[in-house]
Amino acid sequence: MQIYLPIAEVSVNIFLLLGLGGIVGILSGMFGVGGGFLMTPLLFFIGIPPAVAVATEANQIVASSFSGVLAHLKRKTVDLRMGTVLLTGGLIGSGLGIILFNYLKALGQVELLVQLSYVVFLGLIGSLMFVESLNAIRRSAKSGGAVPTRRKHNWVHNLPFKMKFRVSGLYISVIPPILVGVLVGILAAIMGVGGGFIMVPAMIYLLGMPTKVVVGTSLFQIIFVTAFTTMLHAVTNQTVDVVLAVLLLVGGVIGAQIGTRIGVRMKAEQLRIWLAIMVLAVCGKLAFDLLIMPSELYTLGAAEGHT
Amino acid sequence: MIRLVALLLLVALPAKAEEIVLGLSRDEVAITATFEGSDILVFGAIRREAPIPTDSKLGVIVTIAGPDEPVMVRRKDRRVGIWVNTEGVEVDAAPSFYAVASSGPMKDVLRDVEDLRYRITIPRMIRSVGAVVDDSASFTQALIRIRAGDELYQVLEGGVTLDQDTLFRTAITLPANLTEGDYVAHIFLTRDGTVIDDYITTIPVQKVGLERWLYNLAHENALLYGLMSLAIAIAAGWGASAAFSLLRP
Repeated sequence: MQIYLPIAEVSVNIFLLLGLGGIVGILSGMFGVGGGFLMTPLLFFIGIPPAVAVATEANQIVASSFSGVLAHLKRKTVDLRMGTVLLTGGLIGSGLGIILFNYLKALGQVELLVQLSYVVFLGLIGSLMFVESLNAIRRSAKSGGAVPTRRKHNWVHNLPFKMKFRVSGLYISVIPPILVGVLVGILAAIMGVGGGFIMVPAMIYLLGMPTKVVVGTSLFQIIFVTAFTTMLHAVTNQTVDVVLAVLLLVGGVIGAQIGTRIGVRMKAEQLRIWLAIMVLAVCGKLAFDLLIMPSELYTLGAAEGHT
Repeated sequence: MIRLVALLLLVALPAKAEEIVLGLSRDEVAITATFEGSDILVFGAIRREAPIPTDSKLGVIVTIAGPDEPVMVRRKDRRVGIWVNTEGVEVDAAPSFYAVASSGPMKDVLRDVEDLRYRITIPRMIRSVGAVVDDSASFTQALIRIRAGDELYQVLEGGVTLDQDTLFRTAITLPANLTEGDYVAHIFLTRDGTVIDDYITTIPVQKVGLERWLYNLAHENALLYGLMSLAIAIAAGWGASAAFSLLRP
């Protein structure tokens, strides 16, 4: 059954969208990631205009992260103070990202920007995760899994404007979290992702936050950053397709619950290595498209001033 | 009744020897949520006072054109190993949809001079002036190729059926990915490739219902639309979490 999307102005199979939402939902439930980094490229592949895909995906992430953060609030695994600091940076970053996005859109390079960002970040995170989980598997095979201590003192602890984050048990400068927030905000705006896949490693390795509060806190700030991004896209580009968002949501929330149950039965290292392979596969496909001569060299776009 | 016919004849008296009388299967197209494209049947007759001339060949051309809009055509080129958009040409006016159907091969039913004058075939339909790139022709060709691939530009030579030089009909398929606006159906009657009569009518294509409402809201009241999208997202997120915590013992 086809459905006509009013903003994207294309007709898409309704079950394809529900299915995509469901599959990405299962994966995001299994691995504890937002799934935006998978969903947005998939939307490109099925022919949704990139600008609409990015803006709509931001709206969908609001829903999935809101759903997730409720569970974490119940378990008290959200550092609201750290979340607020990250959020401050995130809103600045999101604003910068939109400016960059709209500037490149006018130049006709927005697709390139989005694709390049995906290739670079997915490639980076995917390889890091792959190597790390391979090492973890080797370690656990050898010694039965001794977790290395992480809370070392590095340059992060020598910066001014220190603040106490009780839930995380940290006393650090607010500069690094704000910078992390800005970076993730920019990515959220141009890539249509929540940025959890950057935020989570940055919180663990850079800020030294305890793992149990990382996911909840990341989700907490993602809600606000993606909500802000959604509003900016809606107001400046009119590219949020609410029909598309609702269809993806329905599949997504159901998939996420199924995924969570599958995830519980799998080993953490195995999960991570599969996630890494998946990330690298998406990255590979996007890189391939950039490197291989396209069958159609020309593309059509709206002329300037006519969206 | 007789008086009415007489009146019609009087009105039509100074007219041409052969004239188009037209019918359309639908006078508007509504884009609903489940819109999958639409067939438009264009049919009609040729009215004439005198017997059918036999010294020249009759042709019928039917065109349907979507609203004109400027289009940016960009070309990819290899830069530092990757394919990026480099040059671009803005085509001043290209119809968002264009179908041209004729009763025979185009070269038989339409002379080039007439094509220039009435802008009937696809290449004549597209206007591109002030292009700064050398081979701007390849850009307009690309535009036609891409739109033809999406079934937005259609050439249906022989697509018009002509019965006894009097009745004609053709079916034109509008694809699902239509742009809104007034679509213009233009019918040409030709003798030996020269246009002897033409007839224009418009078919409005519009989103209706929810589609219309959402589209208008998004463009006219973007702030409200954004807030609504967020409210839906938050309600859905909360609803999902509540529903599954009920299911889970």
